[in-house]
Amino acid sequence: MKKSYKIEVDCANCANLMEQAANKTPGVKNAVVNFMLLKMNVEFEEGADPKTVMPAVLANCRKVEDECEIFF
Amino acid sequence: MNKKEKTKLIRIIAAIILIVLSKLTEKAIPVLSFILFAASYLTVGYDILFRAWKGILKGQAFNENFLMAVATIGAIVLGEYTEGAAVMIFYQIGELFESVAVGKSRKNISELMDIRPDYASLRLEDGSVERVDPDEVEIGSVIVVRPGEKIPIDGVIEEGESYLDTSALTGESKPYSVHPGDAVLSGSINQSGVISIRTSCEFGESTASRILDLVENASSSKSRAENFISKFARVYTPAVCFSALALAFLPPLVRLLAGMPDDWSTWVYRALTFLVISCPCALVISIPLAFFGGLGGASSQGILIKGSNFMEPLAGANTVVFDKTGTITRGVFEVAGVHHSEMESEKLIELAALAECYSSHPISASLRKSYGKEIDCNRVDHVQEFSGEGVIAEVDGHTVACGNQKLMKRIGARHIDCQSAGTIVHVAIDGSYAGHILISDFVKENSAEALAQLKSIGIQQTVMLTGDSESSARSVAEATGVDSYVSELLPGDKVKKVEEILEKLSGREKLLFVGDGINDAPVLARADVGVAMGAIGSDSAIEAADVVIMNDDLTKIPQAIRIARKCIRIVYENIVFAIGIKLICLILGALGVAGMWTAIFADVGVMVLAVLNSVRALRV
Repeated sequence: MKKSYKIEVDCANCANLMEQAANKTPGVKNAVVNFMLLKMNVEFEEGADPKTVMPAVLANCRKVEDECEIFF
Repeated sequence: MNKKEKTKLIRIIAAIILIVLSKLTEKAIPVLSFILFAASYLTVGYDILFRAWKGILKGQAFNENFLMAVATIGAIVLGEYTEGAAVMIFYQIGELFESVAVGKSRKNISELMDIRPDYASLRLEDGSVERVDPDEVEIGSVIVVRPGEKIPIDGVIEEGESYLDTSALTGESKPYSVHPGDAVLSGSINQSGVISIRTSCEFGESTASRILDLVENASSSKSRAENFISKFARVYTPAVCFSALALAFLPPLVRLLAGMPDDWSTWVYRALTFLVISCPCALVISIPLAFFGGLGGASSQGILIKGSNFMEPLAGANTVVFDKTGTITRGVFEVAGVHHSEMESEKLIELAALAECYSSHPISASLRKSYGKEIDCNRVDHVQEFSGEGVIAEVDGHTVACGNQKLMKRIGARHIDCQSAGTIVHVAIDGSYAGHILISDFVKENSAEALAQLKSIGIQQTVMLTGDSESSARSVAEATGVDSYVSELLPGDKVKKVEEILEKLSGREKLLFVGDGINDAPVLARADVGVAMGAIGSDSAIEAADVVIMNDDLTKIPQAIRIARKCIRIVYENIVFAIGIKLICLILGALGVAGMWTAIFADVGVMVLAVLNSVRALRV
């Protein structure tokens, strides 16, 4: 399952860090952050529930970039 | 500038004033000078220090806030107050510039692609009109579009006549007139009259939504250059930090062992200079920005490139292969003449149109169109179709055979070959030859110009592939100036032909295939870049192609190549320029030639120049 989320982040490198952090989150098969559009496209692993995965993704992203936001 | 950016600007200006005052009072009142300096530093850098601190608490120290904090605090400890504050000020100027530039590009592109409708005016059963969210409009509803409004959902006009401006979709600036019964696409702007439209799909499936989807996802599939940069960024910062650490400790220790004065402060200062240049910002922002600009600029011209990753092969195109029908030619067949007919031409066309009245072939469609009147199928009986040959039917009691020479041979009618290029429909009535109808397709007005442009931008080879006869292929090739052509191909042969051409190319030379996207999906997929022409409204074409040209203007092909080349050139300029300047700064910094001033100046300067260079990609 693929979903697209709006995000907020200030710098391009931070967006890259968020992408790495999101990809390391269990339940995420592949995540791509588009800094120019402020969007995160997440492909979930089979059986993973976005409702439980996304808070974990946000928590991981906050670790690397304190002031980021994901709207889910 | 948004609110956040304005605050930052005010902070920067205040800090600059404070640091200047601090400098002025340095000699006279040292205490006041120090207070002014501290105020300046904290005004401009408090958020960086705060974030650096939070990063340490979370065990994520390796971010640019931390590095900036260390570099500036280090400078202050070494007694270089002004430099400490200046580095922070310049760093913030860089950040501000980046944020403004990115915001501006985002806005520019959303203006270029301003096809997202905000509302739909739905006509209710009692005749009143209500504004609703386009998402809520069901298929088959009637929506009203007034002059100046965007058509929100694809549909068919029920009532009203108007001119539509489709420039946002196709880049074509000439408005075209629409009448009841015409299909209209969402994203067009209604110019003159009120029209009501019966919707033919949901909002999410409408042209405007699909195009926006495509454009937005395009910059999400990353190119090689972007992947290289994100890998580089991951390695660059830690590498510079460790070199800084080594620079701070190794030379003094070596000197100490060698019995020389250790000179700690010099080396620590040089190490701090390293930290100033440790952020890969310029690269990380300018590369995606260039691609974003290139993709956005292209889409404003009605050229949708489905991903940054297609920019490189598009820019490296060396061979362009075209499909003939519908690409180089209009793909609309028209009766061009009736030859060797003993009866009136109109009569012959009438008989042929009647005989073919059950066929859905484009040729029969053009016969019916040329006949122009309502076809009365009751006049036709005993229709027999011979695949690949034609039809034999009984029309008004006469046996009419209508088809190619094979059909004429089958019934034993002696036919006369035609000298002109095009598709020939021979007609025999009651077994004897009655003449033939010449149907031809017309070369698009600007095909020849497009091919000339391709030559002039250095495309080495243009090839036309067609399933049509040798003679019609030759006449089109002569009219357009295409380098070579291959005729009488079956659909499957086109893939083989493209593979043959691909084999002869070297790795860097890329092959573009341009087709109408309707039945050449395998070829589109096989080519390095598959381009579908005139694909507006066709799902399968948008699906299969890498580049979609919204209208059917062939000169968009050289334009697309030019846009891609410009974009790629900017990307490489930025990579070489930014990495080059950083390396030079690192070397000069290590040697002690460049101080912190130079470093921060170079770093922010490179970023600004790289971003300005990237913004160029937007202009096509």
